Amino acid sequence: MELLLASGIGVLTTAGVWLLLRARTFPVMLGLTLLSYAVNLFIFSMGRLAIGAAPVIRDGVERYADPLPQALVLTAIVIAFGMTALLLALSVRMGYDSGTDHVDGRGGGKP
Amino acid sequence: MTLILIVLLPFLMAALPRLAGRAHRRRCALLAACAPALSLALLLAHAPAVFDGTVLQAGGPWLPAIGLNFTFMLDGFGFLFALLILAIGLLVILYAHYYLSAQDDPSRFFCLLLLFMGSMLGVVLSDNLLLLVVFWECTSLSSFLLIGFWRDRSEARQGARMALAVTGAGGLALLAGVLLIGYITGSFELSEVLDQREMLQGHPLFPLALILVLLGAFTKSAQFPFHFWLPHAMAAPTPVSAYLHSATMVKAGVFLLARMYPLLGGNDLWFLLVTGVGLVTLVFAAWVALFQQDLKGLLAYSTISHLGLITLLFGLDTPLAVVAGVFHIINHATFKASLFMAAGIIDHETGTRDLRRLNGLARYMPVTATLVAVAAAAMAGVPLLNGFLSKEMLLAKTVAIDTGTWADWLIPVMATLAGAFAVAYSLRLVHDVFFNGEPVGLERTPHEPPRWMRVPVELLVVLCVLVGVMPNLLVAPLLDVAVSGVLLGNVPEYSISLWHGFNLPLAMSVVALLLGSAIYFGLQGGYNLHLYRDDGVSAKRLFDRLLETTVSIARLVTGGMQNGSLQRYLWLMVAVTLAAGALPFFLDDYSLGDELLLPTNGAAIAMWLAVVAATVATVALHRRRLLSLIAVGAVGLLVSLTFVLFSAPDLALTQLSVEVVTVVLLMVALRHLPATTPVEGSLPRHLRDALLALAAGIGMAALAYAALTRPLASISTYFLEQSVPKGGGSNVVNVILVDFRSFDTLVEILVLAVAGLTIHALLSGFAAPGRGPVPDPHEARPLMLRVLARLILPFALAASVYLFLRGHNEPGGGFVAGLVTAIALLVQYMASGRDAVPGRAHAGAPGPAAPPGEEGFDRWIAAGMFSVGLTGLGAVLIGFPFLTSSYAYFDLPLLGKVPLASAMFFDVGVYLTVVGSTMMMLASIGRVTTVPGQPAGPTPPAPDAAARAVRMEAS
Repeated sequence: MELLLASGIGVLTTAGVWLLLRARTFPVMLGLTLLSYAVNLFIFSMGRLAIGAAPVIRDGVERYADPLPQALVLTAIVIAFGMTALLLALSVRMGYDSGTDHVDGRGGGKP
Repeated sequence: MTLILIVLLPFLMAALPRLAGRAHRRRCALLAACAPALSLALLLAHAPAVFDGTVLQAGGPWLPAIGLNFTFMLDGFGFLFALLILAIGLLVILYAHYYLSAQDDPSRFFCLLLLFMGSMLGVVLSDNLLLLVVFWECTSLSSFLLIGFWRDRSEARQGARMALAVTGAGGLALLAGVLLIGYITGSFELSEVLDQREMLQGHPLFPLALILVLLGAFTKSAQFPFHFWLPHAMAAPTPVSAYLHSATMVKAGVFLLARMYPLLGGNDLWFLLVTGVGLVTLVFAAWVALFQQDLKGLLAYSTISHLGLITLLFGLDTPLAVVAGVFHIINHATFKASLFMAAGIIDHETGTRDLRRLNGLARYMPVTATLVAVAAAAMAGVPLLNGFLSKEMLLAKTVAIDTGTWADWLIPVMATLAGAFAVAYSLRLVHDVFFNGEPVGLERTPHEPPRWMRVPVELLVVLCVLVGVMPNLLVAPLLDVAVSGVLLGNVPEYSISLWHGFNLPLAMSVVALLLGSAIYFGLQGGYNLHLYRDDGVSAKRLFDRLLETTVSIARLVTGGMQNGSLQRYLWLMVAVTLAAGALPFFLDDYSLGDELLLPTNGAAIAMWLAVVAATVATVALHRRRLLSLIAVGAVGLLVSLTFVLFSAPDLALTQLSVEVVTVVLLMVALRHLPATTPVEGSLPRHLRDALLALAAGIGMAALAYAALTRPLASISTYFLEQSVPKGGGSNVVNVILVDFRSFDTLVEILVLAVAGLTIHALLSGFAAPGRGPVPDPHEARPLMLRVLARLILPFALAASVYLFLRGHNEPGGGFVAGLVTAIALLVQYMASGRDAVPGRAHAGAPGPAAPPGEEGFDRWIAAGMFSVGLTGLGAVLIGFPFLTSSYAYFDLPLLGKVPLASAMFFDVGVYLTVVGSTMMMLASIGRVTTVPGQPAGPTPPAPDAAARAVRMEAS
């Protein structure tokens, strides 16, 4: 199970970095999204994997999932969302301002 | 407390002169004099205790974690310096009142002067070494501003920059040295560190610490080879030169030497460095001073030389030499400050400081001439004046050196020689300015200055004479207590007197006087000093060269790295991160742990396959944007399923709702972006990116797998145990977010709020030029969706209320509830068009009513942040730290017994901010309108443009 998760994180990272390095804004946003999945899963996995562990406190339950990485990842998900949204607004505005969706503003109608 | 006030008063009252305004010079000066007068009174109030030998301490912790404390110490030595700083400061303020011209802004001048005064007091009274360094830097900064006071003059700006560069660099070295001392001794408090001499000097890092501290002292005190900044600092107004660059700031270096002497002195390295540098500076600067054509230049080099003398004395490493050094600090401050002020008077009355033009002034300003003659005689070491006494002590100490090496005779000879040069330049100062013919080409006939402008000079010169005649009566007690401060109470037997009988030092004095006179009249008669031109290799030129080289290298590096392409920065950043991450793999062994692994099941394998397939699809389809967006959505859903699998329902809920919102946002944005991505980029570039991506992926997988197979030592036990008793909630994740780590959450929603507002600022009301989506008011909306959306809304809102209320004990909470509400509103938007959203927000949800337009959502954000901040401040009001929470149990219908924590109000704030920000983003992006009928906006580039882009990328 651990190997599955680790390799999944690897696949997501590879795809994320590849898309991040593309020249157009939209693939970059997709890459960032994939990369944030990978990073969130990575942070989450630092609490180790638990199947069927209790997520909330119950009387008589001994085995709990590690809450700390979960709290961290919950924050990370929201921040990643804010970042993606901001990037998106930037690329829409830049697209209109420069006439191209190239990240360096090349090849557009305006300098 | 009053001790701290001595230092703080100048800072606190620095703004006072500003209040008077630049038009009222007298008022400015009077207000500026308040702070030093008060501080001086406070200082004198402490005098009895200090003279009894007590060391006063005051202050408290500032940043105790790094050893930085706001602690001050007043002993005899600090008292002496504080007295000099405040007394001469008052005189300088009086003097500057007359010196400044109508064009100068007196309020700015006095404000800066007070800032400097406070910094200097901080340096001499700090107990904490780090605090001392902080004030040390403050003196460099205020000195920079004061040298550059006439900012329209290029030599003032250059001089200021050079002084800052040299003393600032020295300050950094001092900081490093102090950190080393703290590291070795375990404390930064001077009062504690001074006892640990043996331990410090036995440490292998001691030589390094010593050299670093000395670098700080030498740069500040303008010791060779760092002396060159001081002559260029003479571009400052003369009160500044008198105050900073002769009496006080440059003395900070020798102050540090004296302070550190009990700790760092008493070894060969100290003797070698301090004596050597002091000796070279003493002789070299005295010789150079003789050839200056600028009156202030002569005084500057003379100051350097005298600082060299004091340095030399501390280097000699005997208690008696320390006595002589401290004595000379007092004497030099009195005669040099008076000489600088006199130079300012001459400059003020004649309009020039050029020694070649200033001649025969004795006829026009006889009183000033007398004053200068007396002060210069003190500088030259003529008997019956204070300079004679300390110089005599120096000569006696150099004769007493007994190391058994050539230093035994070299140092006395060089000291005599330097004494001769001092006599020569003092003679030149008096002879050249006041006699030696007639003034050349002056614009006006010089006359005596205003009565009160001369008073500070007179006072100081009278002191020179009185100390010279009656040293034991006037200065001995002060000297005694100051030396006892330096030597930690072990004052040696010494006597100051005019007459020690016929002995070697006296003979050396006489030789210096005769030789110096011969040198001056010989040079002036045979060679005419006025014709001398300095055109050798100057330190300034070397400094400039060094600066230019540094700047051009920096420019080369920056230009080479940063060509303006974001794409390039991105891959460089990824590559560097990758290299940093890869380093431990190669330095340490990569090994797996031996924890028991979870067994794999079919569902997990299926999910893994699905994730890989969806990810590959995202990449493969990324040129067809809508398809790849759908694929990315699939990946997100699978990730949230992963969270379900591994017992993290909170994460699953959040991931799911964020996923929905993100995909919708991306879809809306796609209306404004091209639908496809063109093929571009060269093969090597693709290979490079592929390599980077693969390396990153493999690295992350290896890292995750290694961590997962190793045992876990988690701090989470604390949160699991304390969640119910302390936080009043059984959903630990939520309690962590809104209680234990609520400050993190506060900042996090702040980020979200800022993102929302930024998007609003970027896109709100933005009318896109070009061929974007044209708004169609009659655009058909799917009937089914419209109906369903209406139906769903109440249920979705109820669900979000439910999720919110149970969040503290069951999976849920403010984030998820906010996102669910946002999705509900989003569906309305999609079904009914953009105008429907604000109305729904008005009707459907708790919180303030939204006025028409998306601007309503800023109120949601504001209300959210307000609620969060209020919850935090509420705790402060009842005497707990910010954001402390408390709770009680309540019985609610349907939900049963519910603990109502104050954290609930915090969560309300989270909820409101999340809804507000999300809707703000959506509405802003959705509302971008296009002006129809204009030429193309962003479209895939035409073939030739694409080819050009490829060429540019390849380059």
